Amino acid sequence: MSINNSNTLSRINSPKTTYQYDQFDKNFIRERVAEFREQVRRRLDGSLTEEEFRPFRLMNGLYLQLHAYMLRVAIPYGTLTSQQMRRLAEIADRWDKGYGHFTTRQNLQYNWPKLIDTPDILEALAEVDMHAIQTSGNCIRNVTADHFAGVAADEIEDPRPTAEFLRQWSSAHPEFSFLPRKFKIAITGATHDRAATLAHDIGLRLVQNASGDIGYCVIIGGGLGRSPFIGKIIREYVPRAALLAYLEAIMRVYNRYGRRDNKYKARIKILVHEKGIETIRAAVEKEFAAMDHTAFQQDTQEFERVAASFAPPPYETLPSESSKLTKARLETPAFDHFVSVNVSKHKIAGYAIVTVSLKPINGIPGDATSHQMCVLADACDRFGFGELRVSHEQNIILPHVKKDDLYTLWQTLDAADLATANAGLVSDIISCPGLDYCSLATARSIPIAQAISLRFSDMARQRRIGKLGIKISGCINACGHHHIGAIGVLGLEKKGQESYQITLGGDPGFSASIGEILGPGVSADQVPEVIEHLVDFYLAERQENEAFIDTWRRLGHARFKDVLRREGEDGADI
Amino acid sequence: MALISNGEFVTDEWRRLADEEALPEKGKIIVSQDRLDNALKAPRANGDIGVIIDNTLEIDKLTPVLAKLGLIAITFPTFADGRGFSLARLIRRAGYRGELRASGRLLADQYAHALGCGFDTVEIPDDLAQRQNETQWRSASKTHQRTYQCGYISSGSILDARRKATQ
Amino acid sequence: MTKFKHPQILLASNLKDGEVVFLGHNGWERDFRHARIAKSQEEAQILETIGKTDYSANIIVDVYLTDVEITDDGAPRPLHYREKMRIKGPSVRHDLGKQARGAPDEH
Ligand code: HEM
Ligand code: SF4
Repeated sequence: MSINNSNTLSRINSPKTTYQYDQFDKNFIRERVAEFREQVRRRLDGSLTEEEFRPFRLMNGLYLQLHAYMLRVAIPYGTLTSQQMRRLAEIADRWDKGYGHFTTRQNLQYNWPKLIDTPDILEALAEVDMHAIQTSGNCIRNVTADHFAGVAADEIEDPRPTAEFLRQWSSAHPEFSFLPRKFKIAITGATHDRAATLAHDIGLRLVQNASGDIGYCVIIGGGLGRSPFIGKIIREYVPRAALLAYLEAIMRVYNRYGRRDNKYKARIKILVHEKGIETIRAAVEKEFAAMDHTAFQQDTQEFERVAASFAPPPYETLPSESSKLTKARLETPAFDHFVSVNVSKHKIAGYAIVTVSLKPINGIPGDATSHQMCVLADACDRFGFGELRVSHEQNIILPHVKKDDLYTLWQTLDAADLATANAGLVSDIISCPGLDYCSLATARSIPIAQAISLRFSDMARQRRIGKLGIKISGCINACGHHHIGAIGVLGLEKKGQESYQITLGGDPGFSASIGEILGPGVSADQVPEVIEHLVDFYLAERQENEAFIDTWRRLGHARFKDVLRREGEDGADI
Repeated sequence: MALISNGEFVTDEWRRLADEEALPEKGKIIVSQDRLDNALKAPRANGDIGVIIDNTLEIDKLTPVLAKLGLIAITFPTFADGRGFSLARLIRRAGYRGELRASGRLLADQYAHALGCGFDTVEIPDDLAQRQNETQWRSASKTHQRTYQCGYISSGSILDARRKATQ
Repeated sequence: MTKFKHPQILLASNLKDGEVVFLGHNGWERDFRHARIAKSQEEAQILETIGKTDYSANIIVDVYLTDVEITDDGAPRPLHYREKMRIKGPSVRHDLGKQARGAPDEH
């Protein structure tokens, strides 16, 4: 069954700026839908037990959660067309409850699908070249990329062709679909790491060698979860033609030697940690040398084919400044704030990158209603070449908007409650679903995010505070990235109550670091207060233009710990 | 045990020899890893000896005798343990041409993976064969018509098909 | 098996649609107020046995016993906050889940 009444061809000014599935890609995902439809049928008739069905259910993005199943849809390299976004909205209305949750891994999660409807949902996705393949399970997960890919001013090369190239290579891999544990790959082509490459099983950075050729710096063994590790460089430079071969060598070493006796020790980060990066490097290089490289002969050609479809949109030649924009900023302060906070520099003169925050004050981080999805789809058709991005901060990006159009766009967004001017600020909180939805959770995380954003609801104060990342996870699995938040919050269970551990000093970028624990856990009510004290201390101590993390690094963790101790002595029960 | 070959349940020509059982003079037999060296020393028709190995075995242990083996069965302790897939690849890469068998609780849903990595046959326990009957295995052999990877066995490579389509 | 300390109910997820269900006197119920309450170790074991059978029969998944107290109206109320969440729905969206159909709202 498919959605027929939809307006799927309404791409007004949408050139092809992202990868276009050809007949083979389309057949492939349809074949996977048919396969899963059969698997569901065989699950229901008992051919497959739950234990047997589970990995296949997961490999199609379907989890069993606290209240219902949850379907995780891939948004490869975070790129969506308006047509795809509309389809996501239609699915939310037809099979779910009118909304979706954008995650930190460039996925969208539906919280209420039925198992028996899932094949139909997957078919509706396949109609617009989307899928949920390998968004879960012990396989190579959907590859994530810098969400500013292709438009960032600091880019060596657009990482999306590589990500798409890897999507194809990793899909339904005969050898690597039953790994010791999940396997996540992230890629960036920029000099700022917006893809957290050091916190992935494999992180890839596009680099240029001495002779000017573009290749990859390969990092392995990063990861968060219960034992966080920062990734290590396994090879400084892998030529493009050898990328898949090199990755295959890594995967084979991991598949053979990764631990399978304890699922908490099964990630590649543990293998690297236990054996040492030298040993792993030697094993990978040995395998790489022993491989039959003829299978990879066509890689370069195939890469070129993929890359060609990521052509830039037909930009107009525009003056770099827009008088219309300048005027609107002067006249409308709220718009002016929006521009200064949510709009970033585009590499093409006269254009800008707009971040649409999915973090309204007191909202659920990352959630968007089907109506909002449609507004975004329409907005990008009108103002942004029909293209959207999903960021790992759980926001939506319109990657190419004319400066002249910013004001009208802002009005459109504002009408749909999508104009919160807080990108990167203290209320732009990353939060996992936590105990409100997740069956693994030990505590809720959404209400904590809501309380913090309410506490800082004064937007002028937020702007004064400046960039500050708060990240919240509802259990040790760290889906909310709390380890790498300048301020991290981890929900735990303590004596039958929800309790929250706060960490400081995490950093997701190239200078990645894992946050340090502030002190004993606090109750849900106390979290906003503690954070407020920390922020006030930072404001009092910071030097000009100094980010929270830098003040923390300069003053040291102990000084921040003292803040709480002092507050505690003042009578606050922290 | 049920044996699947080309999407069909077939009778097994091979017999698994228990460790305490004496080596028969003829017939196709599968011996354990530990017993392999001795078994190969006995004078027998070439290719009549097969071995069942753990999925953790290092391939160097096997390389010297590969040419003498008629069958290698790799155990799958659970269906979720994918080490056997990589080991199969390595064994094929080392030049082994005989029958390669996946032995354990493999699911029909993994048939395409097994074939892709170079297995010829799959051997599963009877209780599983009852739930996942021949029809399911037969259709499972057709679920992956074309695959993206190169260098694996499949009924069609997307990359090749693409190249042909654009030429 | 852990020692029996509190009354217990058996809950699970419906295989076909994933909704949380509770073993009642006549099969699986979607409202926890109809859950059958085990007041002894033996009764709890009976519930578990039924759970195992229905799991094998591919009716429900993720089945387990949870501790409850019995409220004045005789209904069970889970002791742990996780199961309190499961009988109602997300605490941040009162319009969703069982609570939207009028299950009692209490924290
Ligand atoms: C709601 C259902 C979810 C479940 C059951 C789940 C499960 C898990 C588990 C078990 C881990 C730990 C893996 C390990 O350390 O080996 C993990 C890590 C992670 N998950 Fe989730 N997750 C869920 C939702 C999410 C969401 C909503 C996001 C994005 C907002 C997310 C992104 C991540 C990330 C980024 C990590 C840590 C990175 C890493 O793998 O090292 N997950 N998840
Ligand atoms: S961090 Fe824990 S609670 Fe949050 S989504 Fe991940 S598994 Fe669930």
